[in-house]
This record gives sequence, C-alpha cells and structure tokens, in this order.
Amino acid sequence: MIGSRMRRMAFALAVAGAYGLILAPVLAVIVISVFAQEIVSFPPRGLTLDWYANAWEKREFARGFATSLQLALAAAAIGVPCGTAAALAISRGAWRGRQALNTLLLGPLAVPGVVAGTALYLFYVRAEFWVDDDIKGTLAGLVAAHVLLTIPWTVRLVFASLAGLDRAAEEAAANLGARPFTVFRRVTLPMLRPGIVAACLFSFIQSFENLELTLLLVGPGRVTLPVAMLNYLEFRVDPTLAAVATVQITLVGALMLITDRFVKLSRVV
Amino acid sequence: MGTLTLDALSRRYGATLAVERVDLTVAEGELVALLGPSGCGKTTTLRMVAGFVPPSEGRVLIAGRDVTRLPPHARDTGMVFQSYALFPHMSVAQNVAFGLEMRKVNRAEREARVREALRLVRLDGLADRLPRQLSGGQQQRVALTRALVVNPAVFLLDEPLSNLDAKLRAEVRFEIRALQQRLGLTTLFVTHDQEEALTMADRLVVMDRGRVRQVGSAEELYERPADAFVAGFIGRCNLIPGQVEGRGLFRTAAGAVLPCALSGPPGANMLALRPEAIAVAPGGADGMAARIFAITYLGAQTEYHMDLAGTRLFAVLPTPAEGSAMRALAVGDRVMAEWDPALARLLCAAPGDLPAPETTG
Repeated sequence: MIGSRMRRMAFALAVAGAYGLILAPVLAVIVISVFAQEIVSFPPRGLTLDWYANAWEKREFARGFATSLQLALAAAAIGVPCGTAAALAISRGAWRGRQALNTLLLGPLAVPGVVAGTALYLFYVRAEFWVDDDIKGTLAGLVAAHVLLTIPWTVRLVFASLAGLDRAAEEAAANLGARPFTVFRRVTLPMLRPGIVAACLFSFIQSFENLELTLLLVGPGRVTLPVAMLNYLEFRVDPTLAAVATVQITLVGALMLITDRFVKLSRVV
Repeated sequence: MGTLTLDALSRRYGATLAVERVDLTVAEGELVALLGPSGCGKTTTLRMVAGFVPPSEGRVLIAGRDVTRLPPHARDTGMVFQSYALFPHMSVAQNVAFGLEMRKVNRAEREARVREALRLVRLDGLADRLPRQLSGGQQQRVALTRALVVNPAVFLLDEPLSNLDAKLRAEVRFEIRALQQRLGLTTLFVTHDQEEALTMADRLVVMDRGRVRQVGSAEELYERPADAFVAGFIGRCNLIPGQVEGRGLFRTAAGAVLPCALSGPPGANMLALRPEAIAVAPGGADGMAARIFAITYLGAQTEYHMDLAGTRLFAVLPTPAEGSAMRALAVGDRVMAEWDPALARLLCAAPGDLPAPETTG
C-alpha cells in the first residue's frame, strides 16, 4: 500500500534526521580538524594534519590529558566501589532512611556544575585553613570533587542492575552450601557485572569530560584537558582545538566499543 | 538421608497467619506433595524447611537434627526452584559442580561426579553451554542435577514443572519420580496442580489459606475427603449445600431430599457425591426423577448435567454404545438418577471452602 510505504519512509527519514542532528556537531569537529586554514570556512582550502602536530607541540594539552586521565581513573576507582556498596545497602537493606540516602547520593546530578564547583571552592578554602595544607588546585582536591560525579552515576546504574537481578540464584547458591560472602562473591557480583562495568565507563567519561565543576578547582600547573582547551580558546580560535577534541572523541568512542564487547551497553543504559 | 519433621510450624506476617501449625513427618525415601491453591501457604512452608523464611513458631528437624536456627547453607537440603535459578554466568558443568565446590570436594572427584550426573540426565554434550543457550526442559534438568549431585538429606521442589509446556510436563514428572525413587530421597514437593500431586506423591498434604486440611494418600483424599474443601479440590465432585434430615436423608437447599451416608461430622452442611458414583438411566428404572440440561461428550466418557427437583448434579459415565437408549438421550429428557447412599458423604463446609461453581454453559 502506498500509504504505509510512505509512512515507513517518513519514519526512516525522521530517524536519520535525529541521528544526523545528534552526530552533526561531532562530525563537524572531526571534519574541521583537518581543514587547512585557521579561520573555519566552507569549502576548505585544503586538508592537513598540521593541527594535530600543533596540538602535540602545545605541552599544556598533553599535561592536561595526563591530569584528566589520572583524575578520571582515581575518581572511578574510588567512586565505583563506594557507589556499588551504597546501591547494595539501599536496595537490599531494610533500614529507615534508605530512600533519603538514595536521594542524597543522587543529589549531585541535580546540582549545576558551576554551583557545585563554587561551593567546593569555598569549602576547600576553609578546609585548607583547618588542615594547614593546600587542597584546591591539587590532584587530591580534584579527585575528591570528581568522586561527587562518579558516585551518583554508579549508584544509579548498579541500583538498576540490582533491581533486575534474580534473587533466586542467590538463594540457590546458599542452598547449595555457600555462606553469605561466598554468595556475594561468586553469584551476586558476577551477575552485577554489566551494571558495574557501565558504572566504570560512565564514571570515567563524566570525570574526563567535566568542565564547569573542574574549572573552579584547578590551579596553576594542574589543569585538566577540557580546562586546557577552554584556556586555549581565550587566545586563539583555530582548528587545533578541533584536533584535540577529535582525539578525545576517538578515545571515548574506543572505550565504549571495548566496553560493549564485555557488556551489551544497550542492555544497561 | 533421613526423615524430615515439621513440628507445629507456623509463620505470621503481622496479623496474618500465612502458615498455621503444620505438623508433618516425611519418612525416609517418601515423596510428600504440598498441594493447594495460590496463597495457601505451601511455598512459605517449603521455604521454612529450606531456611529462607524463619518460622514464627515451631521446629524443622532433618534426620533428627533440629535445623530451625540454622541458615540455608548449613541445612543439607537440595532445592529446585520454580524459575530454576541457574547461575547465568556459569556453564552447565560449573552450575552442577557448585554444590560440590562448597562442600570442598576435590577437583578430580568433582569433575567425575558432575560428568556422571550429566550423563544420567542425558545432558553430557551440553556441559560447557551457558544456561541461556538451553531450552526450558534442559534448564530444568540442570537445576535438578545441581540439587541432586550433592546427595542432600532432603530434596525440595518448588513447583518445578509449572514453567514447562504440557507435553514435557508429563515426561518430566515420571523422570523426577523415577529419580527420586531410585535414589531413595526424602522429598517435599510443592504444586498447585492436583494431577501432578496425585501421580507423583506417596502422600499429599492439602492446604488452604494457611491451614492443613488433610494429609493422606491419593486414594484416601479422593474417597474419604475430610471436608468440603478437599472434596472439591481433589478431582471433581458434586457439592450440594443443605442439611441432614434424619438418618440417611439430606435436604438440599432447593428442597429435594436425597439419600446419603448414615453418619457424618456434626454440623454437616454439604453432600459430596462423586460424578462417577451416579447411575443414570432413561425413565422407568429405580431412582429419582431428573431432567437433563446439558450433555458433554468427552470421547471415552460423557457427562450428564441434570436438574433433580431444583438441585443441580452431574454424572460422568463411560460413553454409551452407539444405538443404545442411553446414547440417544438428549437435553430436556427425563432420566432416573441413583447412587449407593454410602457414597454420598456428609461433610462440613466453612465459608470460602467451595471452588467456583462449574459452568455448564
């Protein structure tokens, strides 16, 4: 029937349009990074990889990348175990205040990054006075702040994974002679793998990409990659940034593909 | 192996009594079925034996040992769950080996026992598959094997056949029963399907709304039900409300007077008459006059639904031969219904005991 075929085509077009809209900025960045001119205009005068070379020469990007990497790994390494433990306690426990704790832990997702960043800055200034040592601008200070990003994501994802977990499997393990901790180690945790892996991935990405909160907590010599890119923008607007962004996109994309081999992401998110 | 004893086992949730005083001893090697409608407390009782639900009162004894305070992992029971509860991240062999691992059996012996167990249930080719790659029937066999390979003192089954299709169910029923008898396992089995219970169990425990109504063999429950609930739940039965009027006579709610057994429990308010006990003949023979309002042909048998002076009854008879007067009976015909009064049992029915009335269309 003509009517239904047209409807299907219209639907396919709409889907393609939606994908296009979402991917357009990403594609634009990748494309601009190889344009052979400083000022972005279309059509390009030529193609080049000079901007990548330039990005590599600018030491602040490499340093920023290293900092961002360390920060994201540390924040995930702390946030994921804590968040998982919290999700288990909230999901399985029978104590009052469970819901309140859940709301508290998910709170940072609702707070704008700049607000959180400012609050932390003020807190750090005060805390520095108490401990008589530097906090803001240090890696430790940044990690502590980024854990605020990783814990909510972990709680959310692991909680969702727990909700779908077959409790009967745990009972079966106990029935077969497994003590509670053995049940957790051999049955619960492996069954939570999708949720935990997704939590690691999202925590890493949230930390690596974060700008608004981090901006207020960085110090001289200790900048993350997004902040380094923002700083660069203040002086020059050239495709070097597009090159850096493309590297980031490639990294995150690769991470997601690798993760997808272990855990079907479509099932978790 | 050993006996399983439930001693005054009860479970309360707030003000509700989910299980009320279950007293039961399962002899060594016996298969006892807990049978009843949804919500009757049978699964809760089983879970109390397994250790997943702490009883509010009473004790559980396995082979003479009081296990009431012991956690599930210390009770030496082997349980098969309704959903099979296989470990999704482990292979079939790993699933089956799990219980042996927990009992610290060394690897060589473990592998040998698992291999042998899988061979017995014809799953040996599938040892390295994951549960999600198996059919429902295969998953069920893995669950069975996993529970049995550890030689538990007590074997527990929670509606293990309800997720299988009807054809498979009949096959698996015999397999489980054969396995249980061959291994001499003391078994407690929960089901809502009476046919399953009747064909598999040595004894049945009929439960309703937390209470045990009757314990006995299939024969005892069918032929000598303790109350109207059991009579209505096991097999099909004519259950006619009314009251006793003199020795051997029962006046139904509709006013008919029917012959019944000479004695019954005090306060008997129900007449229970199995459909196969009623003899039906076209007019003229002895008995009481009735008019047929429905006939259901079932192949080997035929059901005759009749109205006897305002009271509805149905009889099930072997399908009459073609050409006989009985075969010629039709809706609206007058017939004579008759039965041995001793088979019309007097029973008590409490409110809520009766199943939904048979719809005859």
